[in-house]
Amino acid sequence: MKSLFLKEITAFFGSLTGYLVLVLFLVAIGLLVWVFPESSVLDYGYADLESLFLYTPYVFTFLIPAISMRSLAEERRAGTWELLQTSPLSLTQIVLAKYLALLVLVFMAILPTLGYAYSISLLGNPEGNLDWAGFFGSWLGLLMIGATFAAVGLFASSLTSQQVVAFVLGVFLCFVLYFGLTALAGMVSGDWAYWIEELSLSYHYNSLSRGVIDSRDIFFLLGMIWVFLGATVLILKKK
Amino acid sequence: MSLQVSQLSKRYGAQKALDDVSFSASPGRILGFLGPNGAGKSTTMKIITGYLAADSGTVSVMGENALANPKKLAAHIGYLPENNPLYLDSYVREFLEFSGGIYGMKSADIRRRTDEMIRKTGLQSEQHKKIGQLSKGYRQRVGIARALLHDPALVILDEPTTGLDPNQLVDIRNLILEVAENKTLIFSTHIMQEVEAVCQDVVIINQGKIRSAGSLADLKSVSTQVTLILETEELLDLSWFEGIGVPSFGPKGTQELVLLTKDAGEARKSVLQVVSQRQLSLIRLDQGAKNLETLFREITQGQ
Repeated sequence: MKSLFLKEITAFFGSLTGYLVLVLFLVAIGLLVWVFPESSVLDYGYADLESLFLYTPYVFTFLIPAISMRSLAEERRAGTWELLQTSPLSLTQIVLAKYLALLVLVFMAILPTLGYAYSISLLGNPEGNLDWAGFFGSWLGLLMIGATFAAVGLFASSLTSQQVVAFVLGVFLCFVLYFGLTALAGMVSGDWAYWIEELSLSYHYNSLSRGVIDSRDIFFLLGMIWVFLGATVLILKKK
Repeated sequence: MSLQVSQLSKRYGAQKALDDVSFSASPGRILGFLGPNGAGKSTTMKIITGYLAADSGTVSVMGENALANPKKLAAHIGYLPENNPLYLDSYVREFLEFSGGIYGMKSADIRRRTDEMIRKTGLQSEQHKKIGQLSKGYRQRVGIARALLHDPALVILDEPTTGLDPNQLVDIRNLILEVAENKTLIFSTHIMQEVEAVCQDVVIINQGKIRSAGSLADLKSVSTQVTLILETEELLDLSWFEGIGVPSFGPKGTQELVLLTKDAGEARKSVLQVVSQRQLSLIRLDQGAKNLETLFREITQGQ
């Protein structure tokens, strides 16, 4: 399982696309946080990184399916899936190894944003005046939402043997789960609205990104990850 | 008996891919799995390796039920799938080491076996190249090296020689012969000469049914028809040879006669009588080898 995990990571960095995706992510986030006047921290005037936590899920909706699209779809297209499936690794092990590799990549993508926090803390007045506890709470939320999107992306990749289709499906699923359900909750009324809102990823993410680490939000997102990884294993078993 | 397949059936929709397939293979012998394209060779192999599920029937590998517990047996099976899928972005050595890891080998074993397989398959000069840069013959070697890396007891090669040029073909055949010792080796092909060159046992499958299974020697002795080839300086007449067998003209025209018969000895005497009666000048009288090619055609088309 370890060797599959390592192979996934080297395969990602062995190709230009790997670097390209990470660089594009950082450029997009960098522009949103520092340059675009609508969202720039510098124009905002307060020493916090709200715009980072507000806009990153939007970028993740595209970025993470782009990382995960090849994960299973490419194995199926190239026929190497047959090598994996006839190996002693169980489907669960294969899915977990691939998922953990994706997690590492997501983690590497948001790691440089720690530098943003450091810069902002230096820009604060007095210097170093940043709500670090709040920041790390929100950052954990970001990591959790990234982890959830990765599970959704992996699931999308298991549905097809074409990377592009996996990407489009992944973006669509992330979009529906993150934005769509919230929008739907706004359209219906009564108890339904409450339950639909509860299912929405953005509801739990927003709760986390306020900097309050609520175990209910964490468990909800872990549950979503579990559901999507389980569904991936089931899909692979059927094929 | 390290592989026992019994009464395997598999349907794809309305089409019967496998119909009551049974055969067995034993250690130290190479079994050729022979059949025209679409006969069910790959399907059988995929079921044995656990990639596909069977509708009914059993497969036992080294006494264990392979269909119930494919993952447990996977480490004892070396499998080269049809079309030899590989990670084209990987380097040869990196790929083999990765494969060893997947099969749960220890890192010292991985290094030792990788070296050994690279040497055996003649990949020394290619080991630091990307698989995507290799020619088809070399890729095939990588695939075979991968299948054998974890020293499996049962080796299943699905059409290992398809699409190779004649030199590569001989190389891969020799490789198969070399690595086969003490293993149960099955390989599928639709090329008859290959079976004659490499195998001790032959299973012939057509339209999902086993047409013949046994040792190569047995199979050859079953062959009912022998060809005699007569060539003379004079023009021949087919009617002279009626009653001896089934005569027809050979590729060289009316000076060459091909005679299909059941008893070669008797037929040869009768042919020579005709030659002396008609005072023909004989150029040659050959007995065509009972080759598997004709046999294969008899078996797969006669039914």
